[in-house]
Amino acid sequence: MRITSRAAALIAALAGLSLLTLTCGQIALPLADTVGALTGTQSSDLARQIVLEIRLPRVAAAIIAGAALGMAGVLMQALFRNPVADAWSLGLLAGGQFGVALTVTAAAFAGPAAVSFLTVFDGPSITLAAAVGVAGAALFMLALGRRVGAITLLVIGLMLGFTSQGLTSALLHFAARAGGRVYGGWQDASFAAVAPSALPWLLLPILIGAGVAVATAKPLSSLLLGETYARSLGVKVTSLRHAVLAATVLLVAPVVAFCGPVSFVGLIAPHVARALAGTARILPLLPLAALGGALLALAGDAIVHAPWEQHFLHLNAILAIVGAPVVILILVFSPAVRQWR
Amino acid sequence: MLHLRSLAVGYRGAGGALLSGIDVSADPGDFICILGRNGAGKSTLMRTVAGLQPSLDGIAALDDENVASMRPGARARRIAVVLTERAFNPGLRVEDVIALARQPFTGWEGRLGKADQSAIAEAVAITGIEPFRQRYFSHLSDGERQRVMIARALAQTPRLMVLDEITAFLDLPSRVEIMALLRSRAKAKGQVILLSSHDLDLSLQLSDSVWLLDGAGGFSVGTPEALSRSGALGRAFDNDAIRYSPSRGRFEIRTSGPHRGVEPR
Repeated sequence: MRITSRAAALIAALAGLSLLTLTCGQIALPLADTVGALTGTQSSDLARQIVLEIRLPRVAAAIIAGAALGMAGVLMQALFRNPVADAWSLGLLAGGQFGVALTVTAAAFAGPAAVSFLTVFDGPSITLAAAVGVAGAALFMLALGRRVGAITLLVIGLMLGFTSQGLTSALLHFAARAGGRVYGGWQDASFAAVAPSALPWLLLPILIGAGVAVATAKPLSSLLLGETYARSLGVKVTSLRHAVLAATVLLVAPVVAFCGPVSFVGLIAPHVARALAGTARILPLLPLAALGGALLALAGDAIVHAPWEQHFLHLNAILAIVGAPVVILILVFSPAVRQWR
Repeated sequence: MLHLRSLAVGYRGAGGALLSGIDVSADPGDFICILGRNGAGKSTLMRTVAGLQPSLDGIAALDDENVASMRPGARARRIAVVLTERAFNPGLRVEDVIALARQPFTGWEGRLGKADQSAIAEAVAITGIEPFRQRYFSHLSDGERQRVMIARALAQTPRLMVLDEITAFLDLPSRVEIMALLRSRAKAKGQVILLSSHDLDLSLQLSDSVWLLDGAGGFSVGTPEALSRSGALGRAFDNDAIRYSPSRGRFEIRTSGPHRGVEPR
C-alpha cells in the first residue's frame, strides 16, 4: 500500500515536471500548445518541432537514464553493502568511458573502415565498448570490496574514476590526431545529445537490466544480512553476484554511452527510495529508486535548460551542488557508515 | 535424526583438521551444548554441520541426507543458523530481518503466505520482540539484536538449529530465559538444537547431551553428569586459575596458584 501510494506520487511529480520541462526553454510554449504537440492535435509546426524533436527526446533520455542509475544504485549498495556505492562513485561510469575511448582510438588507428563500422553501428557498438569498461571496473571494485571498508572503497572508487578519466582524455587526444571521430562534450554529462533514433538503443539494454534486477531482488535482500546468512537462507552467493553484476552493466553501460558520466543520481536515489519505502528490501526499492532517479535526473536537466540569459550550467555541476552535500550528510549521519568505522 | 559419521572439520592447507573422526548422533528433541575453549573448533564444527563449510572428511547427515550435498534451497528449509558474524544492514527493519527467514519457502517475489505469517507471528511472540518489531535493526542494542536473530531462526521452522554463542550479549535472566525457551521448543517441535556457549554452568544444567572439545583435537560426548564424573570437563577447562569440581558440579577458583582472584568465565 505504502509503496504503491509513494510510487503514484512520484509518477505524478515526474509527469508534472516533464510537462514543465517541455514548455520551458529559450522559446516558452503555452501549455496548450505543448499538449497539442504531444497528442498530435492542433498545434503550430514550430511548437511540434520544438516539443517532439528537441525537448521530448531529452526528457525521455533523462527519465530513462535516471531510472537506470537509480536501480543500479540499489543493486550496488546491496551488493557492496555500502551506503555510498553507486556506478559513478565506484568508478564504473569512468571505466565505461575509458572502454569507449579505447575502442574509438583503436578504430582510429585501424583505419577508415573500422571508423565507418563504428559510425554505422554507432549506438550498439559504443554501448558494447562501454559495457566492457563498466564490467572491468565493477569486477575490480568487487574484488576489492571484500577486503576494505565502505569509506576506503569509496575513496578507491573515486580514484579509479579519476585514473580512467585521465586515461580517457589522453586517448581521445590521440584518437583525434589519428582522424577518429571524437565523441565530443564527454567530460560532462548531458541528456541533450541523445538523438530520437538512439532512444531504443538506450532503452533496450536498460529494460533487460531492470528485468534481471527484479529477478535477483529476493536473494539480494538476504545478502543484506551478510554472505553467510544469505547462504544459510539457500542463496547461491556467487551466481547471485554475477547476476547482479550483469544487471548493473546492462543498466549503466547505455547511460555512459549516450549521456556520459551522470554523477550522484545513482547514489542518492536509493536513499530517497529507502526513506519512502520504509524498508531496505530490494523489490519495493527498485521501482521507487527508478522513479526517484528519473525525477532527480530530469530536475537537473530542467535547471540546466531553464531560460537563463546565458547557458552557464552543466548537468554535473547542478548534480554536484545538490548531491555532494547529501553525500556528506550520509557519511556523517548514516548509522550504517558509522558501524564500519 | 542428525548423524555425524567420521566427520573431520577444519581448513584445508595451513592448520589442517581441527577435529577428526567424529561419530555422534542426535535424536529429535535433543538440546545439545557444544563446549570448549576459544579456538577449540566449536564454530568450525557448527558451520560444517550446517552445510556452510565443506568437511575435510566424512559426512554430516540430517534425516539420512548428506547436508553437504543438499540443494541450497532444501537445506535452508531444514537448517537455521545464528552465527557470531555481525549482521550489518542499513535500513532493514526488525520485521524485514525476520521475514527473510521465510525466503526459502516463498516464490520469486518473496511474498509471505498464511503459513509464513503464522510462523513469524509465533517466533515474534515467544522471543518477546514485539515491542521493537517496527524499529530499525541497526538501532537495537546487542542483546535485542541477538533476540531478533534467534526469532529469525525460529521463524525458519527448521529441523536443525545451529546457534553459535547466542547468549554472549544477553544478561543472566535473558540467558536463562532464551536457553530454556529453546530447550522446550526443541522438545515440542522435535527439532535438534546445537548450541555453543561459554556459559558452562547454564549449559551443563540445561543440555540433554554435551559435545565437549578439549582444544587438542579430542572430542567427547555424554550427558553433563557423565562428562563430569569421567573428568573430561576438567581436562577441557582446568588451568592454573580454575578447576572443575566433580563433587560440587561447578567450576572453582583455585585457592593457591599464580592467578588467585581471577573470576571464572
